[in-house]
Amino acid sequence: MTTDNWTEIKAAAEAALPPEVVAFIDKNKDIAHSESQLIATLHMVQAVSGYLSKEQMHAVAQLAQVPLAKVHGVATFYHYFRLHPRGKHMINVCLGTACYVKGADKVSQRLMSDLGIQFGETTKDGLFSLESTRCLGCCGLAPVVMVDDQIHGPVAPGDVSTILDKYTKKDKAPKAPPVQG
Amino acid sequence: MTDKMINITIDEEPIQVPAGTTVLKAAEKLGIHIPRLCYHPNLSLEGACRVCVVQVEGFNHFLTACGQEVWEGMKVQTNSPQIRQARRDIVELLLDNHPMDCQTCDRDGQCELQRQAYRLGIRERLFEGKRKQFPTDESSQSVVRTPEKCILCGRCVRVCSEVQGVNNLSQHGRGFETVVGPAGLGPMDESACIQCGQCINVCPTAAFLEKDHTERVWEALALPRGIKHVVVQPAPSIRAAIGECFGLPIGTPATGKLVTALRRLGFDAVFDTNFGADLTIIEEANEFLRRMGGSGPLPLLTSCSPGWVNFLEKFYPEMIPNTSSCKSPMSMLSTLLKTYYAEKKGLKPEEIYVVAIMPCVAKKYEASRPEHAAADGTPYTDAVLTTRELAWMIKSYGIDFVNLPDGEFDRPLGISSGAADIFGATGGVMEAALRTAAVKLTGQELGPLVFEDVRGVTGLKEATLTINGTEVNIAVSNGLINAKTILEKVKRGEKQYHLIEIMACPGGCVAGGGQPYPPADMDVLDPQLPLLRAQALYKIDSDKQLRRSHENPAIDHLYQEFLGEPNGEKAHHLLHTHYHARMPRGIR
Repeated sequence: MTTDNWTEIKAAAEAALPPEVVAFIDKNKDIAHSESQLIATLHMVQAVSGYLSKEQMHAVAQLAQVPLAKVHGVATFYHYFRLHPRGKHMINVCLGTACYVKGADKVSQRLMSDLGIQFGETTKDGLFSLESTRCLGCCGLAPVVMVDDQIHGPVAPGDVSTILDKYTKKDKAPKAPPVQG
Repeated sequence: MTDKMINITIDEEPIQVPAGTTVLKAAEKLGIHIPRLCYHPNLSLEGACRVCVVQVEGFNHFLTACGQEVWEGMKVQTNSPQIRQARRDIVELLLDNHPMDCQTCDRDGQCELQRQAYRLGIRERLFEGKRKQFPTDESSQSVVRTPEKCILCGRCVRVCSEVQGVNNLSQHGRGFETVVGPAGLGPMDESACIQCGQCINVCPTAAFLEKDHTERVWEALALPRGIKHVVVQPAPSIRAAIGECFGLPIGTPATGKLVTALRRLGFDAVFDTNFGADLTIIEEANEFLRRMGGSGPLPLLTSCSPGWVNFLEKFYPEMIPNTSSCKSPMSMLSTLLKTYYAEKKGLKPEEIYVVAIMPCVAKKYEASRPEHAAADGTPYTDAVLTTRELAWMIKSYGIDFVNLPDGEFDRPLGISSGAADIFGATGGVMEAALRTAAVKLTGQELGPLVFEDVRGVTGLKEATLTINGTEVNIAVSNGLINAKTILEKVKRGEKQYHLIEIMACPGGCVAGGGQPYPPADMDVLDPQLPLLRAQALYKIDSDKQLRRSHENPAIDHLYQEFLGEPNGEKAHHLLHTHYHARMPRGIR
């Protein structure tokens, strides 16, 4: 009876990652300084999955044989990497000078309390992610809130629920019944 | 580094040093100690703390002495008013983000941050800002992580990867939010941590500490007699190091004072882990000879070091069949205390409370393992104190350790050979095993006693011995990065090794994760530290009449009266254990 658990660990790791990532790790395995491919590998994972899950980071660590602590260290150091799934709709609140002067902080507060999340977080239902951003170049509309690709402005704290409703309703609208056939 | 010599001046004093020397090392040659926090001579350069800044002529900014190499004609000032001010500011900023609870901190008086603050002359706090807040992680049986005390020097990260090859720690996040911890800042007991405690040893503050067991020991000692019979067993390495905590020079053997101190603390009986070590040798030597005879895989790997056992289970589970099934000396003796000794005393196992004094924090975990508990789940070892914890208890009790008369261990579980004492040094278990194996293999009562090849603190030692015409290839490793090297050699099949001793900590148990912090003028990973402590053990050994484990009459008696045959059914049931692959699997 073998006491080794590598076969199962390897299989589980391969199952947790998109096949192209597994192939990428495999390709780089024996090159010099293969550990420096870590960032590129994590980029690939995020490009496919939208974020880096714990399982995926664990799988990358095992397949690339890079310490898991190092994978987490890199993933948390770079602002680019996301460790939580992104919501269906991305809300960006502009905190540039003009928007800030016109009350972006109050709009932010309202968004946070209505959504029950902080900047950098996603609502439990997975519908919204909230982020702050620098100047979006539409200072004339300040304060500005961008939802996905749509600019809203000027936004008063009282407008927040109306804006959110639009997206909530759109997503919760009953789907057309399946076509019988 | 080339042989070229470079002329520089430090604080107006000229000195010639080889090219490639750093300013910090050049200054040390002149007897100038430049303050430092993140720098450690046995670890890679970090350059994180900036405490070692110096002024160099021609530069309008400061340079760090730890990493800056000298150049011809370089003029260095280590102590200008500007430099002193800069260092003070740097450390003050660290203090500003530090709990400042020195009076109630475990490292009060032994903290490098506190020491630097005092040395640099910080007498008031000028900065007051935001303080980082992180939860303390007490999930591990051995190591407590308190990130609020962390100054981000990165020594623990480096020791964990460069010396132990475990790579369990890294810095997470960035800027003010940076925090050191295991992957994803998850609980330590779910991480790849092998609980060796070297992070505790190298930490300049109290960001890593051993899990406290003193409270439960005070409680047990305070119980009325007749409710609990409280017994204790100190490991070999304790006698070689505890004197340091009371100002005795490093390497002073203190067996007798240790025994007396334990009695004064109120233990009902003082036994010796050494007895367990002699017993381990009998069992392990038999196991080795059986495998040499063809039953079981070779090489045989030793199993005394619980940090190594954790490493085996998480990093090299395929080597489990090679690993000796012998329990460690501590666990063997604890098992006997709650079986054999209990029977003799007419006590129920649960009426006995076993305290082990260990140089090791991983022993706290070992004691908690279900494999080391009786059938009803009662652990054989109830508490494990590190050398540091015991020294504190002795101080707290008001015992004048240095002036104690010598005491003697209780018999018969306190009788031991010199082979047991040397267990604390790297190579010691190997030497003890060879002393007995040589006699068993040759049938001659007077086999060799000293095996120089396995002594000394080199990370990996190899030798080939010819015993009774048979070539025996042995290896001894300390510091788990070296265990990796030797295990990879074994896996590649380069050579048929027969017996390999593996100890987790660099220098062996004498430099374990629970040993005293070194004095202020010595670095914790300085090889002199385990060398001097090991010398104390070799001295104790050479002064003893009994030098081989199988010569210990108490061991002989134990087999006749209680255990039966070495490696026999009863011995196997009580003195052996088993291992299993554990998650998360470490990256090697």
